[in-house]
Amino acid sequence: MSASKSIQIILARQLASCVAMPILLVDAAGTLIFYNEPAEAILNQRFEETGEIPVEEWNRLVAVTDEERHPIPPENWPMRVARLQRRPISRRIWLRRGGSEWRHLQVTAVPLVGEGEEMLGVMNIFWEI
Amino acid sequence: MEVSLWGTRGSLATPGPETARYGGNTSCVSVRGCEGTVLVLDAGTGIRRMATTIDASARCVNVLLTHLHMDHIQGLGFFAPLYCPDVDVHIWGPASTQLSLRARLMRYLSPPLFPVSLRELPCCLHLHEVPCGDVEIGEFRVTSALVCHPGPTVGYRICDTAGSVLTYLPDHEPALGARAFPSLPRAWTSGGVLAEASDLLIHDSQYTTHEYPGHVGWGHSSLRHMLDFGTLVESKHLVPFHHDPGHSDLDLDRLIAEAIDDAKPAYRVTPGREGMTFAL
Repeated sequence: MSASKSIQIILARQLASCVAMPILLVDAAGTLIFYNEPAEAILNQRFEETGEIPVEEWNRLVAVTDEERHPIPPENWPMRVARLQRRPISRRIWLRRGGSEWRHLQVTAVPLVGEGEEMLGVMNIFWEI
Repeated sequence: MEVSLWGTRGSLATPGPETARYGGNTSCVSVRGCEGTVLVLDAGTGIRRMATTIDASARCVNVLLTHLHMDHIQGLGFFAPLYCPDVDVHIWGPASTQLSLRARLMRYLSPPLFPVSLRELPCCLHLHEVPCGDVEIGEFRVTSALVCHPGPTVGYRICDTAGSVLTYLPDHEPALGARAFPSLPRAWTSGGVLAEASDLLIHDSQYTTHEYPGHVGWGHSSLRHMLDFGTLVESKHLVPFHHDPGHSDLDLDRLIAEAIDDAKPAYRVTPGREGMTFAL
């Protein structure tokens, strides 16, 4: 059998596909496994074109700063904190991909924890400020 | 393996002359291996009659529950091996995030809903919580995975030593929330990998395309969704199952024929009828 996404992740993608808030889903390894159409506008790229993005590539693709424009290292990005510390986190950041314009965002990252305390991934909800 | 259908009805037992051909008993399927292992898939009302076919010398029986909705466990209290002191009965089923499988089963198998409590059963009872990865049961390798249906619900993929594969997804709504179905690959579709390239796929087919919009989120498929799912997973032989209590034999003849004519699946489709047996 090939590898399957868990039902929780499948349903999270279905939800993300039906809402107007930008949502990024990462799996337990940190791979960006899906982002919805509103998130495509923020990232200035289409999911159909990129497919899944491994964590190392994602770290290179985007730059993140705090409100004072101080760079935030990847280990302190909300999606990383939520995944590794298994707790929700919400903070304001500036984000840009490559040479595109900076976007001012409120990011809320919520860990998706399955039965048996299994870490399944993180749902990252972006809100443009 | 030999796969027999003992209950094909969904939601509620539906006896009567108008349902006699497809059957009125709720979900129960037996799987027998060439080395004598017996798996019982779900414990709907069909399980009572199924139990009469278990060899009296059998000392071990495995019951694999997909979930604990009433139509899938109502027959459990009438499963004869539970009352045999010298029989090991293994029940596999999903826990919830808050309750163990034992606690969940006891909600039914205890007064006032049932006179005999789980702890009073004379058999040697073993409970196993799923999904739990791949497990070997006799000559079968059984894989379980959570699928889209309200509450913790799994589907089962059963492989025998000859490589034949049965997938059992009696209550399944893979199209939930999808703008178009199917539009994503198997890995992103509920049950998609579990069912891939099955020799026999027993799948939920409760609603017509017309009925489905009024029941979105209830956890079941339309006939068309089922047929499209069969195409997605490259099923070799599909058995529509979990028939709606409101559909008579004549209704099912017509509705299934129309759905097949519309979808024109490239694989074989055999509507599930109580009493049917498939040899894989």
